[in-house]
Amino acid sequence: MPVLYTDITSEHQTVRQAVGVFDLSHMGRVRFTGPKALALASRVQTFDAAGMLQGRVRYALMLTPEGTVMDDILISREQDGFLLVINAGNRAADLEVINAEAARIGATVRDDSEALAMVALQGPNAATLMERLGLGFATALKYYTFADGPSDFGALTISRTGYTGEDGFEILVPRDNANTLFRAALDAGADLGARPCGLGCRDTLRLEAGMPLYGHEMDRTVNPFEAALDHALRSKEDYIGSTRIAAFAKTPPKQRLQALFVDGPQIPRQGHEIVADGQVVGVVCSGTRSPTLGRNIATARIDTSVLDSGVALRVRIRRNEAAAELTQLPFYSRKRASGPQREIKS
Amino acid sequence: MTNPKDLKYSEHDEWLRLDADGVHAWVGITAQAVEALSDLVFLDLPEVGKEIQQGEVFGEIESVKAVADLYAPMTGEVVKRNDALIDDLAILKKDPYGAGWMLQIRVEKRSEADKLMQADAYASHLKSRADHH
Repeated sequence: MPVLYTDITSEHQTVRQAVGVFDLSHMGRVRFTGPKALALASRVQTFDAAGMLQGRVRYALMLTPEGTVMDDILISREQDGFLLVINAGNRAADLEVINAEAARIGATVRDDSEALAMVALQGPNAATLMERLGLGFATALKYYTFADGPSDFGALTISRTGYTGEDGFEILVPRDNANTLFRAALDAGADLGARPCGLGCRDTLRLEAGMPLYGHEMDRTVNPFEAALDHALRSKEDYIGSTRIAAFAKTPPKQRLQALFVDGPQIPRQGHEIVADGQVVGVVCSGTRSPTLGRNIATARIDTSVLDSGVALRVRIRRNEAAAELTQLPFYSRKRASGPQREIKS
Repeated sequence: MTNPKDLKYSEHDEWLRLDADGVHAWVGITAQAVEALSDLVFLDLPEVGKEIQQGEVFGEIESVKAVADLYAPMTGEVVKRNDALIDDLAILKKDPYGAGWMLQIRVEKRSEADKLMQADAYASHLKSRADHH
């Protein structure tokens, strides 16, 4: 997937105002099937797999035995098991752990990453475009649910999910039909403003929407509490890392992910230091010029001890320092009037 | 994209236009550099009176995507700085070789210009760089 097809800002606006077409085939797609699928799903990730109804999609983490974050994933409950969509850069490491656990448990794992491709339609016009592609069956889906269905592009698995903060769909399509689907979406959506969109705008969109990115808001050096991802810890099973999670939960984290508005023209970026009274108190995880807000935004892990003190925070951006103001995630949330209804929490 | 023939180019995508007096020169970045950066947000240039050294960093330009250092194509003292450009980076997209100039410098050693490329050499430089990616 390219970083950009035209430029980041206009692709970003396409998704906020019309519909963007993304090629997400680089992501990993792994299926657990058969009678031991639940046991495996309960072991390798942090959502309550047993409590998931068929057709649901949930955000979850894979952890190291030390309780730090190995990957962040979407898990779907399918008729005969589970589907995990995992990060491309972590695919090999995730599969190593999954396959080792599967061998121990006797579960069946199928890596569909090569057999299937993934196309996302994201934006307020996504549902209209789906109908034009003959995929109207998916427009009845609620947020964070999925359905399988036949189509002109083969058998598809479509979820009403995304990484942009807009209404949208993520489509698993047989690899050989992916190009046809991608081009059909651009053709059918031309008058809806459909354009191909790259990884660059995906990053600015997800950051505005307050969604974390592996390698930025979390990695193997960070635990879920430090990354403010407690909400993904929904399993009471003995999953990998669960012992450490129970220990972490007893004491507040020393650092915690925060949202910041940052003054000035220079963009805060990963690794820039956060300072208060001349002391380094944190580090930027992600930062960008928000195309929607027209100002610089960042996430940063900051010492919890300074958060309540009201002390002024600054970001060191190379030779300069910029004033920073704490705010709440998300930086942007869409008006939900026209989007899908939020599903009732299960 | 064709590069003006009357300019000289550095491997870091800066251009230099030597004035007829042989003493002053104008410095900017190429259309290809502007395109590669896209979505510009910030430009940091040295103040008038500062000395810049051939091949060394004299400023930085930042886009949504990345921060890039600016390298001096020749050694010299900064005589003029384009503050209008700092205030409106869109100028760089429209006119990188004209209104998008960054600095005017007083050149110290004219022989340094021999280290820079002509337009056709810069074009092959860009091509070989693209082939490496």
